[in-house]
Amino acid sequence: MAPLLEIIDLRASVGDKPILKGVDLVVNRGEVHAIMGPNGSGKSTLVQAISGHPAYTITGGSIRFDGVDIGEIPPEERAQAGIFLAFQYPVEIPGVTNAYFLRAAYNEMRKARGLEEMDPIDFIDLLEEKLKLVEWGPEIMRRAVNAGFSGGEKKRNEILQMAVLEPKLALLDETDSGLDIDALRIVAKGVNALKRPDNAYVVVTHYQRLLDHIIPDIVHVLADGQLIKTGGKELAFELEARGYEWLTGTPERV
Amino acid sequence: MIEHYLREYEVAAADGGATAPGWFRSLQADAIELFRASGFPGPKDEEWRFTPIAPLVRATFRPAGSATPVGLTDLEPFLFGRLDWPRLVLVDGRFSPELSQLPSIAGLAIANLASVVKSGDGDLASDLAEASGRTVTPFASLNAALGMDGTVLRLASDSVMEEPVHLVHVTTPGSDGTVTHPRLLVVIGERARAQVIESYVGLGSEGCYWTNVVCDVRLSRGAWVEHTRIQRESESAYHTGVTEIRQEADSHYRSFSFAIGGAIARHDLRSRLGGSGAEALLYGLYFGRGDQLVDNHTTIFHDQPDCRSWEVYKGILTDRAHGVFNGKIIVQPIAQKTDAKQTNRALLLSDTAKIDTKPQLEIFADDVKCTHGATVGNLDPLARFYLTSRGIPDRVAGELLTYAFAAEVLNEISAEPVRTVLDRLIHGRLASDRLEAHDAR
Ligand SMILES: Nc1ncnc2c1ncn2[C@@H]1O[C@H](COP(=O)(O)OP(=O)(O)O)[C@@H](O)[C@H]1O
Ligand SMILES: [Mg+2]
Repeated sequence: MAPLLEIIDLRASVGDKPILKGVDLVVNRGEVHAIMGPNGSGKSTLVQAISGHPAYTITGGSIRFDGVDIGEIPPEERAQAGIFLAFQYPVEIPGVTNAYFLRAAYNEMRKARGLEEMDPIDFIDLLEEKLKLVEWGPEIMRRAVNAGFSGGEKKRNEILQMAVLEPKLALLDETDSGLDIDALRIVAKGVNALKRPDNAYVVVTHYQRLLDHIIPDIVHVLADGQLIKTGGKELAFELEARGYEWLTGTPERV
Repeated sequence: MIEHYLREYEVAAADGGATAPGWFRSLQADAIELFRASGFPGPKDEEWRFTPIAPLVRATFRPAGSATPVGLTDLEPFLFGRLDWPRLVLVDGRFSPELSQLPSIAGLAIANLASVVKSGDGDLASDLAEASGRTVTPFASLNAALGMDGTVLRLASDSVMEEPVHLVHVTTPGSDGTVTHPRLLVVIGERARAQVIESYVGLGSEGCYWTNVVCDVRLSRGAWVEHTRIQRESESAYHTGVTEIRQEADSHYRSFSFAIGGAIARHDLRSRLGGSGAEALLYGLYFGRGDQLVDNHTTIFHDQPDCRSWEVYKGILTDRAHGVFNGKIIVQPIAQKTDAKQTNRALLLSDTAKIDTKPQLEIFADDVKCTHGATVGNLDPLARFYLTSRGIPDRVAGELLTYAFAAEVLNEISAEPVRTVLDRLIHGRLASDRLEAHDAR
């Protein structure tokens, strides 16, 4: 079986500014990968390019998902194929309720698989289950998507969406930043509950502390658009203790 | 072509005029003189600078003739709530007793203007004479000179209307080249509460006719009014309207102005906060496609201290549609503690759609809070990516975001049945725009 995600020599730019400068990454089913690295090194660019963000132009290399080259397909089809990105900065959508949004997304996924739309009553049952996972009551569903949410609520909402959509590959972009200990626990609990042998996670983080809760199999360091080091979870401890300077040779800009 | 209308006035004054009382004929005579002096507004006119009305001015519209028969079933799609809710219907400018539903409600007096003029309601003469709406634009003067019918609604002090009253103006198919000048007068007594819906409906989708309306609304001390104006004329029609609101102390007025029809549609809304503690909330939502021109001019007069105005207008424009928004707020020197906020936002869904927008704050008092903000742009690409990244197709995401943009204002309508109908109307409009865009590809 082909790996779930196979990225070969990926190069991506914004306008004519190169950001990813040849990234190779293979993620198999059942694995948890962590990507760490200094600010501005291209972590968000990498996960957004995998999701199909239109701001990034792929200038070289390839992204294969489930054996299929997805470089040219639009973001909605990547999502329907099973890719989910938990945004570093989730977007506020005033005027659209969380309930409507989640059901629309869920039904689009079903349609893409040739299934009928789920009727609203059954969907409420499904939601109830998922809400428990993030320790939320049903009130949140009546609020507009992320509008006026606190930083922590936004991140929790990303996990709720992930729980409903059940992706094969979840990309979590700094889902831990800005969270207090309690919110961090809820996010980690959600992730661990959804972990299965046939799905995989790529967790972008700045801090060791998330990795105390979500244990990575493989840790990568991204610096200036390239993966410069790969190791086991002990690499994360080392980065926590020593910073990135010993790897990149330049002090981190914050 | 003002001669055309001057002549029409002469003809009307010569035959029909004889039956109207003298005071009414003299109001008409004053109005036609105003119109004769002003003529139609032109591009040099500051208030009409962005509003090319040449096609309307060049054409010569004749008075609407005998109406094509209209049944209740034709009307039903445009009504709200229950069929027994009160309504007064004008078909091609004339009162239709058959289609109207005028139950007796304590404190409410409602009748068509022509019959009130004939029967001589005690206050009508002075109310109409005083109504400044007729002088606001040349179109309003023309309305006062040529108007034949309309609605007079009075609600006595302390009366509460449980259901909205709907004033329906229907233009029938086959009314090409005709004009109607409906005249509305709404007077709400002290502490009385009313909901008024005002609709303009073109029954044939393609008719090129003209509706030229003037509406005066008065709120006595402590009155509460929710006023919804729904303009859904044919997309080939012309619509010009003036709404003049006058509020006494501690009154609360809330308006929702919805515009989706008309080749050229211009609405002037003027709200005068004439007593301390008065509050006006003005919401607007308009749509333009094809070559539609949609113009909203609003003026809020803060004449007295401690008044509050809150205004949000939103437009959705596509194809070559042209929107105009001009929001004036005038705060008089004595109007201290004024709290005024104006927001206007337009969504331009094509490269060729455009909007001219101009806030105009004239503040002569020093202890006030006045803000305004305008945004013009396309759908947020980040929001679009967010939705598509959840598996929602780009086209659906665009529609959803457009709808959400509109829904923020739509949700301000408190009457649920009205909200539901407009909600469906918006969904229909967005879906048909999508189909047309698809065909064009
Ligand atoms: N949309 C964009 N427009 C312009 N520059 C961008 C954009 N996205 C990212 N960049 C630039 O690309 C580099 C990498 O950014 P990013 O991927 O967000 O890094 P990280 O997530 O590792 O902090 C930064 O220099 C950033 O300024
Ligand atoms: Mg980032």
